[in-house]
Amino acid sequence: MPMEEIGIASYGAYIPMNRIKVEEIASTWGRNPENIKKGLRISEKSVPSPDEDTATISVTAARYALSRIDINPADIGAIFIGSESHPYAVKPTSTIVGEAIGSTPELMAADYEFACKAGTAAIQNCLALVRAGMIKYGLAIGADTAQSAPGDALEYTASAGGAAFIIGKDNVIARINYTCSFATDTPDFWRREARKYPRHGGRFTGMPAYFKHITEAAKMLMSKMGTKPEDYDYAVFHQPNGKFPLTVAKMLGFREEQVRQGLLTPLIGNTYSGSSPLGLCSVLDVAKPGDRIMMVSYGSGAGSDAFDITVTDNIKNFQKEKAPTVKQLIERKRYINYAVYAKYRDLLYWE
Amino acid sequence: MRDVAIIGVGITKFGELWDKSFRNLISEAGTKAILDAGIEGKEIDALFVGSMSPGRFVGQEHVGALVADSSGLHVMNIPTTRVENACASGGLALRQAYISVASGMHDIVVVGGVEKMTDVIGGEATDILAMAADQEWEAFFGVTFPALYAMIARRHMHEYGTTREQLAEVAVKNHDNGLLNPNAHFRRKITVDSVLNATMVADPLTVLDCSPISDGAAALVLAPLDKAKQYTDKIVKISGSGQASDSLALHGREDICTFKATVEAARQAYKQAGVEPKDIDLAEVHDCFTIAEILAIEDLGFVKKGEGGKAAEEGRTRIDGDIPINPSGGLKAKGHPVGATGIAQAAEVTLQLRGEAGKRQVKDAEIGLTHNIGGSGATCVVHILEVV
Amino acid sequence: MTTVPRFWREIPQRYNLIGTKCKICGRVYFPPREVCPYCRRKSLENMEKIRLSGKGTIYSYTIIHTPPSKFEGQAPYAVGIVELEEGPRITSQIVDCELDEIKIGMKVEAVFRKIQEDGDTGAIYYGFKFRPVENESER
Repeated sequence: MPMEEIGIASYGAYIPMNRIKVEEIASTWGRNPENIKKGLRISEKSVPSPDEDTATISVTAARYALSRIDINPADIGAIFIGSESHPYAVKPTSTIVGEAIGSTPELMAADYEFACKAGTAAIQNCLALVRAGMIKYGLAIGADTAQSAPGDALEYTASAGGAAFIIGKDNVIARINYTCSFATDTPDFWRREARKYPRHGGRFTGMPAYFKHITEAAKMLMSKMGTKPEDYDYAVFHQPNGKFPLTVAKMLGFREEQVRQGLLTPLIGNTYSGSSPLGLCSVLDVAKPGDRIMMVSYGSGAGSDAFDITVTDNIKNFQKEKAPTVKQLIERKRYINYAVYAKYRDLLYWE
Repeated sequence: MRDVAIIGVGITKFGELWDKSFRNLISEAGTKAILDAGIEGKEIDALFVGSMSPGRFVGQEHVGALVADSSGLHVMNIPTTRVENACASGGLALRQAYISVASGMHDIVVVGGVEKMTDVIGGEATDILAMAADQEWEAFFGVTFPALYAMIARRHMHEYGTTREQLAEVAVKNHDNGLLNPNAHFRRKITVDSVLNATMVADPLTVLDCSPISDGAAALVLAPLDKAKQYTDKIVKISGSGQASDSLALHGREDICTFKATVEAARQAYKQAGVEPKDIDLAEVHDCFTIAEILAIEDLGFVKKGEGGKAAEEGRTRIDGDIPINPSGGLKAKGHPVGATGIAQAAEVTLQLRGEAGKRQVKDAEIGLTHNIGGSGATCVVHILEVV
Repeated sequence: MTTVPRFWREIPQRYNLIGTKCKICGRVYFPPREVCPYCRRKSLENMEKIRLSGKGTIYSYTIIHTPPSKFEGQAPYAVGIVELEEGPRITSQIVDCELDEIKIGMKVEAVFRKIQEDGDTGAIYYGFKFRPVENESER
């Protein structure tokens, strides 16, 4: 079921500039940093400033996406934002972004949650509305300021960042050829309502969860499209650490070179709902017309959204330099120590 | 418009006065002023009181009525008015009282200023003072009063080369004067070093560049000049009064190193009094922060714009200098119970002109000036007083 | 003492820097004015909405070490008066740089950030702050 020329008209990324090194966290908890760095394939992660949250990250990424394209923001008919860290449990982030980019009041809007795949679910829904002719453009955002319990393994990777995609028809820079999803009720990682930190099933989050859903979704996609791993120039997988994407790539038959451009976790950590979306942005920053990209996200609980994307000729005229590239965002950094990290992440209790 | 004289002065101690309430303070100041003037309660025609925020400091509004009640003058159903213009509430209350006598509407008027700031915790007092700034476009972002004046200081340093040390000299001089003032909040010597090394509040201003949170009240009795001789032979006349405004927010000014409200209010007062800056023998100016005194002596015309720092450094503003500024110790050492300040400044100048300023007496004082600012310069009230 | 309706009313200003321009004399105002203080009556019905770019330079600044109550825990932080390229000056925090890097004349651009929140059960108030413009991403 091929789709018409519908896909990504523009994109924007944002990563907060603070970084904390694995050594800094490890020394606080008396762990050996080298083992962690090797085991998780990560050296540092991004940390949001106290005045940043999922709303500010989403607005920034959305404004960057708009700056690279000449459209009237009022023509964005839908905004969906996926996150595990919406600032409010009830009161949408999507309308904050809508006001901040000038897309209100004629606007369909909602916030999504599906762990780390909420952002890609947003892309799917914008695609559907554009394809149905119900909106001219849709804005899909995946962004997070991920929470992790102090001393927990997730503390090394839970980071902050987001990506915004303007989905439209005609003159897109990347056509989304197809998308499909594989979802089951697999409780590998969760956070109860009103609790501050998530919990997870330890090793259960591996094979039965992450690996199963990504591989099944990827195989489903390739079967529907009649493709093989070597047909793709790039593969972007959800990246909870620097190792899993390489493992799943191997399991599926992809080479490390295909995964490298979209693998950002080693330097910025796991941006949760921003994870595969930011990886996709990184690929689009360097992609050439005709490049074919597979993106497969993963959200705990569990499910994977798979996308088959082809970069079009329009990317040659794309105004990429109007906003920072993922590489520039990664390189814009300042280091903080654990005490400042604890203050920023609100780990210190005061009244 | 007829001439108006100040025939009575009353002032309380300024400081952290745990035993004194808002009502105690204004009653004490008012009583002292009335006794000093030698008048009887039944001769008073009207009351004016300046207070910035009794509503938030002590939860009490309608303080015009409260003051009439506390003074017992309510039994005469006396007309009473509370005046507010942030930190210039006192100076403006004086102007309103002056106008009511000059116009012929009233004869004997008592005008007071009062603030009770220590019944709330320190942080809350800072928040309340910040209400004098632009709530939506300054305070909303976490800007405080010290921050606004710190930005003025930094720009003044950038444009005129004013130094941290010159700012500190203002505080040192005012503390020296405070040592000579029995009612002052602070009566201890400080040095330039102690100012520079004190706790930083808003860079470059430390806690010793900032006036304190104080309780206190002051009051004056006004009478038409032609009646004043009936009460006293120590007559001081209000020869000039000026008032002006400017944008509420500091960023709304053309040039933040000049308070145009001061320049304009002073112009009106000088014109009315028929004098020039060089004729002024002493001035009580609004040194809510050290930089504010530097700006004041420039904007009042005592020194050229940009030379305020140098004047302070050279000791010209000391009691024995050629431009004595804040012989009382200023807001810095004397204290700054906000609504009381404008009245206290006039009280000090009156005492100086009468020759009753004791150890801090400025020699041959005949013409004095008071300068009272609201917020970061959005309001200014200037009065010129002369010996008769 | 920000309340929800007071904040909501200013959202076009806080999120999008919407000001007004006097069509008679060309002066730009932020926050917006219905009447130009200089052209006065002539400017009634002659003020047009304008979205400011958020780009400007630092006119003055300070580092606050003693914050007001809602900003406890944030100190020290920088605030500054920024002169926007369209003319008006506005006040906000300066972020994303070391405090000792801030200078008068520095080029800055507006960013969308949390300004304050009403405790952890109340509303969150967003608005503009300023960060230095980096040379390579200067647009």
